[in-house]
Amino acid sequence: MRKHSKNKKKYLSAIYILWMLVFTIIPLGLVVYFSLTTIDGKFTFENLKNIGEYTPVFLSSIKLSAISTALCLLLGYPFAYIISKVKASKQVIFMIFIMLPMWINFLLRTYAWMTLLENNGIINRLLSFIGIGPVHMINTQGAVVLGMVYNFLPYMIIPIFNVMTKIDKSYIEAAQDLGANNRRVMTRIIFPLSMPGVVSGITMVFVPAVSTFIISTMLGGGSNMMIGDLIELQFLGGSYDPNLGSALSLVLMVLILISMGIMNEFDSGEEDVLAV
Amino acid sequence: MKKLLSILLVLCLLIGAVTLHAGAAQRELDVYNWGEYLPDGTDGFKDINEIFTKETGIKLNYTTYQSNEEMYTKISGGGVSYDVVVPSDYMISKMIENDMLEKINTDNIPNYKNVSEDFKHLEYDPNDEYSVPYTGGTVGIIYNKKLIQPDTDLNTWDVLWDDTYKGQILMFANSRDAFACAFSKLGYSLNTTDEKEWIEAADELRKQRPLVQSYVQDQIMDKMIAGEAALAPYYAGDAITCMDENPDLDFIIPENSVFNRFVDAMCIMKDSPHQREAEEYINFILRPDIGAELTNYLHYTTVNKASFELLSEEEQNNPIAYPSAEILKNAEVFVNLPPEIDELQKDLWTSIRADSTGSIWSIVFVIAGFALLWAVIAFYNRVIKRKKFK
Repeated sequence: MRKHSKNKKKYLSAIYILWMLVFTIIPLGLVVYFSLTTIDGKFTFENLKNIGEYTPVFLSSIKLSAISTALCLLLGYPFAYIISKVKASKQVIFMIFIMLPMWINFLLRTYAWMTLLENNGIINRLLSFIGIGPVHMINTQGAVVLGMVYNFLPYMIIPIFNVMTKIDKSYIEAAQDLGANNRRVMTRIIFPLSMPGVVSGITMVFVPAVSTFIISTMLGGGSNMMIGDLIELQFLGGSYDPNLGSALSLVLMVLILISMGIMNEFDSGEEDVLAV
Repeated sequence: MKKLLSILLVLCLLIGAVTLHAGAAQRELDVYNWGEYLPDGTDGFKDINEIFTKETGIKLNYTTYQSNEEMYTKISGGGVSYDVVVPSDYMISKMIENDMLEKINTDNIPNYKNVSEDFKHLEYDPNDEYSVPYTGGTVGIIYNKKLIQPDTDLNTWDVLWDDTYKGQILMFANSRDAFACAFSKLGYSLNTTDEKEWIEAADELRKQRPLVQSYVQDQIMDKMIAGEAALAPYYAGDAITCMDENPDLDFIIPENSVFNRFVDAMCIMKDSPHQREAEEYINFILRPDIGAELTNYLHYTTVNKASFELLSEEEQNNPIAYPSAEILKNAEVFVNLPPEIDELQKDLWTSIRADSTGSIWSIVFVIAGFALLWAVIAFYNRVIKRKKFK
């Protein structure tokens, strides 16, 4: 009987291994292959060399998504803390409100922001009612950051909230019994213990933000191209060059990998707190 | 239990096979056309595809694209099969060269007699073997009279480089059309194969980038109607649609400089399994009443002389849709570029659109910097922090 179930597990895992092979490993291999070959399939380093030219695009993508991630954290952390403190029945309502925008198509949400921010858009028309001249909002870096924060904020709140609800209340009580004030409880107990949530929140916001393409096209205008737009241009846009496109995604992948490595260094919260 | 399950499974398979078989009797056709390029029953127009299905019983799978390049990428990537496609001039010659199109037998398309002589024997398909014209038009400049300064000279392509309109200029997202604007400005042929002229045009477009609000295609319509931009190069037919919606808009083809006249034509894909249905569809589009409905909806230049007769006098006399011979003498139709110029165009376009001022070393520095940061933090965590706690 026991042997039988063990076999079953093996079969089940075989399905996942096959899945990973077909949809993860092989595509990754193809990206590497394309980035190291010419259009005729000859080996070359030319694509990777050409990437250097687009360093400013990489840097501005990283900058904008880092700002967005920081803003998501600043907005999301207190919010997650507050919801984790309210009654369970109310938590459900809060969670629905966070999730609600995510039920609407991503493209549509961004398109809506475009019509809101335009020079003749809704916000500017309201402003002109109270006598404030048109404020230039669309096609700026600020608009791109706004779009990213709006779209990715739930991905910051949810993991932090999940970790916070699981913090053992007895640690907090113990700290209070030992004379720690609220601020000290926050900085020495709650924040370090919620670190795993913060780390996964940052990862879940930063990674999609750095590679997004439609937000910057819609809200950023002609001069705020991000790395995602550049990659899209190589596949569906005017300059069809899958080899350069693959090389770009390869470099982006390396940068994301390093960023995640950096983030994981901060993910030792529990040990540290309990080690003290 | 197991038996029951297997019986059920067999039943399911049988039903599947039966329905599949019934499906084979249904005639089908896959059409791949430009977005918003066919009346679909909105705004008081007829739903042309629905009429076709009703009259012939052929089920249509209708999908759309935004640019010739997108269409070409999809088709050459494989895995999709279309019967009828509607590429533009230069893309047709490229597809002919790559042996992607089937010759069309016009004997099976009685309405082919309606096609106007102006749209026959054009450079992209000199013997009209592979394509049947769908619509035509010209590229000029659409502008918002309210946002243009009185002293601006609009009768020149230079206006798209005028820095008084910084952030108020929209530009084509499609490289061939964008380069054509630069060639019009410089006065070079739109089909030049001189690399120097392409590089010069690219420099012009790079100079223009800081002035451009955004690089868009179909969105030019929304943005111009909403008054979000002052100027944009645009297709004549779509410009008429915009002007109907917003009376502040107007359209001009600058005189005395070369400009693009385009033709989009219906083609049948090589080895299409639905040849007969494809011919029926092309014949249907060329029917006088259907052609007229198409033109009333699109405002593009009709290719159909029988449909032209059915148009309102206002449409027939519209100088934007039917420019005078005087203006048309400067028009050029795109032809396919040789592969090395095509490659050059792609490379130049990427470097225009993206800030390409970096070098190979800058990206190495960025990656190295990131890795170093990681190493420092990891070192701090593993060595220094541990020591402190001890």
